[in-house]
Amino acid sequence: MTDVLKTDGLSKSFGGIRAVHNVNFTVAEGELLALIGPNGAGKTTCFNMLMGQLKPTSGKVYLHGEDLAGLAPREIWRKGVGRTFQITGTYQSMTVIENVQMALISHHKRLFSILKYAHKLYRDEAMSLLELVGMADQAERHCAILAYGDLKRLELAIALCNHPRLLLMDEPTAGMAPKERIGLMQLTTDIVKNRKISVLFTEHDMDVVFTHAHRIMVLNRGELIANGTSEEIRNDARVQEVYLGGGHLFEKDEDQINA
Amino acid sequence: MSLLIAQFLTGLANAAALFLVASGLSLIFGVTRIVNFAHGSFYMLGAFIGYSLMQVLPGFFGFWSSVLLAGIAVGLIGVIVEMFVLRPIYKAPELFQLVATFGVILVIQDLTLMTWGAVDVLGPRVPGLKGVVRILGEPVPQYDLALIAITPFVLFALWYLITKTRVGILVRAATQDREMVGALGVNQAWLFTGVFFLGAALAGLGGAIQLPKGGADLLMDFNILAAIFVVVVIGGMGSLPGAYLAAVLISVLNVFGVSYIPQSTLVLMFVVMAVVLMVKPFGLLGREEVAGEHGQVGEPERPFKPAGKKGRIIVAALLLLLALLPVFGSSFAMVLVTDIIIFCLFAASLHFILGLGGLVSFGHAAYFGGGAYVAALLVSSAGTPMELAFLLAPLGACLAAVIIGWLCIRLTGVYFAMLTMAFAQLLWSLVYQWDEFTGGDDGLVDIWPSPWLAETEAYYYLTLIVGVGGIILLRHTAHTPFGYALRASRDSSRQAEATGIHTKRVQWAAFAFAGSMAGLAGALFVFSKGSIFPTELEIARSFDALIVVFLGGVKTLSGAVVGGATLELVKDYLTRFEYWRLILGVLIIVIVILAPDGIVGSLRKLGERTGLLREAEVSK
Amino acid sequence: MLECKNINSFYGKAHILNDLCMSVDAGTVVSLLGRNGAGKTTTIKSIMQMVVPKTGQVTFLDRDITGWPPHKVARMGLGYVPEERRIFTDLTILENLEVGRQPARDGSIEWTIEMLFEIFPNLKERRNNRGKELSGGEQQMLTIARTLMGNPKLLLLDEPSEGIAPVIVEQMAETILNLKAQGVTVLISEQNLHFARIVADRAVIIESGSLKFDGTFLDLDAQPEIQGAYLSV
Ligand SMILES: Nc1ncnc2c1ncn2[C@@H]1O[C@H](COP(=O)(O)OP(=O)(O)OP(=O)(O)O)[C@@H](O)[C@H]1O
Ligand SMILES: Nc1ncnc2c1ncn2[C@@H]1O[C@H](COP(=O)(O)OP(=O)(O)OP(=O)(O)O)[C@@H](O)[C@H]1O
Ligand SMILES: [Mg+2]
Ligand SMILES: [Mg+2]
Repeated sequence: MTDVLKTDGLSKSFGGIRAVHNVNFTVAEGELLALIGPNGAGKTTCFNMLMGQLKPTSGKVYLHGEDLAGLAPREIWRKGVGRTFQITGTYQSMTVIENVQMALISHHKRLFSILKYAHKLYRDEAMSLLELVGMADQAERHCAILAYGDLKRLELAIALCNHPRLLLMDEPTAGMAPKERIGLMQLTTDIVKNRKISVLFTEHDMDVVFTHAHRIMVLNRGELIANGTSEEIRNDARVQEVYLGGGHLFEKDEDQINA
Repeated sequence: MSLLIAQFLTGLANAAALFLVASGLSLIFGVTRIVNFAHGSFYMLGAFIGYSLMQVLPGFFGFWSSVLLAGIAVGLIGVIVEMFVLRPIYKAPELFQLVATFGVILVIQDLTLMTWGAVDVLGPRVPGLKGVVRILGEPVPQYDLALIAITPFVLFALWYLITKTRVGILVRAATQDREMVGALGVNQAWLFTGVFFLGAALAGLGGAIQLPKGGADLLMDFNILAAIFVVVVIGGMGSLPGAYLAAVLISVLNVFGVSYIPQSTLVLMFVVMAVVLMVKPFGLLGREEVAGEHGQVGEPERPFKPAGKKGRIIVAALLLLLALLPVFGSSFAMVLVTDIIIFCLFAASLHFILGLGGLVSFGHAAYFGGGAYVAALLVSSAGTPMELAFLLAPLGACLAAVIIGWLCIRLTGVYFAMLTMAFAQLLWSLVYQWDEFTGGDDGLVDIWPSPWLAETEAYYYLTLIVGVGGIILLRHTAHTPFGYALRASRDSSRQAEATGIHTKRVQWAAFAFAGSMAGLAGALFVFSKGSIFPTELEIARSFDALIVVFLGGVKTLSGAVVGGATLELVKDYLTRFEYWRLILGVLIIVIVILAPDGIVGSLRKLGERTGLLREAEVSK
Repeated sequence: MLECKNINSFYGKAHILNDLCMSVDAGTVVSLLGRNGAGKTTTIKSIMQMVVPKTGQVTFLDRDITGWPPHKVARMGLGYVPEERRIFTDLTILENLEVGRQPARDGSIEWTIEMLFEIFPNLKERRNNRGKELSGGEQQMLTIARTLMGNPKLLLLDEPSEGIAPVIVEQMAETILNLKAQGVTVLISEQNLHFARIVADRAVIIESGSLKFDGTFLDLDAQPEIQGAYLSV
């Protein structure tokens, strides 16, 4: 397997605060990699550096071996990195499908076109993406009144518009009901398989992480403290202490108690 | 050397009033997010009220109590404005309130005229501070020294209030999210009223305190408006020490400017502002303003689609009616409709960047007047044929918009608004002062269309075709990928950038496009009037367009056109009365309160409520 | 302590709450469960009068608070923790807490900043940082702490565990139980059934804005079809 993404000593300080410190990891092709850690550990900051929203204080990011230093998010997007945000930022004044069409228009580089009506462009393509994430029936709804969980789904559809090779998802299932979470992650897993995309995601729902991630990395106070399979992470004393806690909040443990 | 020091001290003293008024503006904007155009009017009221009080209260204490009482009185007037005009419309879209405050300006202007008459009054000299002090041999008025000494105390008191006290913390919290502050148990309605009182009172104080130096007149409201905006922006929105620094900077430079480069006075502060903003985009001591970070105000804009069949038929019928106007209407009617169409095109071009792009330009007249001047200069100086000049006008305006846009687009929100205003003002003073070339104050005259268009009727058709064509082009563009990209950049620039959209470039292009369309309107204008004067480049002209866009409804596509037509018609009728400003002002305020979504937006809602219109898909 | 009688709430024309009836007894923790879009947030906002019910009544401590301005409702002793956090991003943590501070009420605990820092150590470390510099989870903690500064008698928590690390969620569960022990009543909107089970005495399930279930978790366990139909677990 080849590495899609590789970081080399990635660090970021805000004033005196070391939000991320010397983080090294790789994402392999077709991998579903989880980045977990306490609140404020630096996960979102990492994502922001990977996609160019923030400039690292030091360290490098390589996409397929290419250094991404100095590139703006839109340029990194064109290189095949998609992203969903922890705090969603869809276009509030448009309908659901127009949000997707907008990304498709950008992908096809027709942003400055003034001949055709935008809402007629790439409609079918947008619709099939919405179908993929289960939002087809809400295609004509106004984006501003969507439930949070549905926004997350919409973001996923948008992120798929440019056929990314790497998808960064910041808390993709936040605000969803348990069953929907599983559904969305199942969907993500399928997409990873079918489209040969790698996914790096953060999540605080351990059911989701332990069931779906191929590999898990744990970040604490800006530093990577563990890296391994579900089993290894779950039994890591340090991770339990700083992040997992007693573990009586997960389904599996609950079942064990009941059993 | 000693002269320089004396001049410096004069500047420092002049800064006192400027700082007081500007800090009030900054406070009000900071908390209520209202760009209070009426702030200059509060300042004027403070001067007149202070003057009247000083007539009755004698002596040293009489003077200072008059100043204080004037401040309090104006503060109370501010409270009335807040409670009766602004409170009903806090839920309206951001910046909508500035329309209401514009109405307040008009009302206060006429009320002042009624009360004090059209004479300039001279302020009294201050008992006990009439003399001068010699500093290095130069005479410096005692009153100036008193002002210099007082201002830092005011600054400190305000700064302490805002940063250190609980009230200050609440005020800053309310700046961002009033509803949440309320949900935490704070009566935010009173918080707002309190802030408005304080802000207005500061303006009133400023007006009264400058009486011995400047007196009072009916133009002082507009005259100080630009200056205080500039001060607030140079200092950095919401920063009191910044406002003080900026007030000093502007006042001192002004004193030197008057003595050494007199022709610079009109533009000096705008040049300073432009330079400061280009080096420090958020002012000297300001922090970054993230647009839309202040909680969603009002409901989000609705999705829109090109007009359906019914809409097209209505528009076509209307156009047919206009096309037949020469048949049944008088030539007076044709001139009026020509004016209206030109104004609507101008307003629609502003709406394109303001409504769709969220780019609030306070200087859009630069491209309207710019286009008009390009055409006029080509005809008068270069002897260009009218047809060619007509075509080159939008190009000239486009060029100006490309250059100015490039400099402004990097800023956002109010800073963007102010920088656009600064450049418009720069252009204005250039035209105003470059007599030999532009005719200065006397303008350019005898700019008539070619013979085949000279008849009122022929020119009417030209305006109808070009003007309406321009409006339709703007509308069409709103529905194309370009228009969508512009809206996307406004709705969420982070998302747009993360999906490959170069938001700044899109906005820049939109700015240039809107500029050309305004230039086209300018070209239509100059040949319809046969002359052009610097007034077409003035701030007031930019405001006209701004008011109209909001009044019609920013969040609707036809708002600008409907608002433009309405206002132009109403103005045409009202100006025959003596106190037409009062009537217009009250009318604007009433519209604003009754139709918080603008005329079109509110009519649409009414239609939906009464079932006349089909409700847009909101819920299932 | 709190009672909603047949409330109907709307967003514009959209009818969200449909004759909803529910109550919260003093000293208990009640969890409000339901799918995405079921109307949990709207219920809480209707209690706070941030969305004023068109018909129906909300009574708190035997007073009809329907139609009151939210700040009066808050001063009665209702503390609201919004789902979207809504911290003041330009203010420091300490200043954010100051905004929430209200005078002590008899019969409720008087919170101090130190007590809150003990529960949320992250906040202590960052106390002079501005709200916008906090991570998502830290913001969530701040929201809760800010509301507690108002010494509420009844706390309305809208999905507090969302986006919070499991250790902290555990602590939060302890905190809520702690609050309950000290006499604070809590109404908590949740999607996480496990969390709800740990902290709450009673479950209230709504769907499409009307009440579908009201009872203990034992009752709920006895009716798996309800769980299946309304909770999508
Ligand atoms: N602009 C900023 N200025 C100062 N500090 C910041 C800034 N952005 C983030 N931080 C700090 O950096 C740390 C890492 O934040 P980050 O958002 O990456 O956390 P996270 O791991 O995503 O947490 P969560 O799970 O709660 O979302 C936090 O302590 C935060 O306070
Ligand atoms: N401002 C609004 N205008 C119109 N409809 C709205 C608005 N806010 C919410 N809704 C709709 O009201 C319904 C109930 O929303 P509510 O936020 O109360 O659900 P919830 O149970 O809190 O869901 P979640 O678990 O996602 O937070 C949803 O269908 C939503 O789309
Ligand atoms: Mg995060
Ligand atoms: Mg909710």
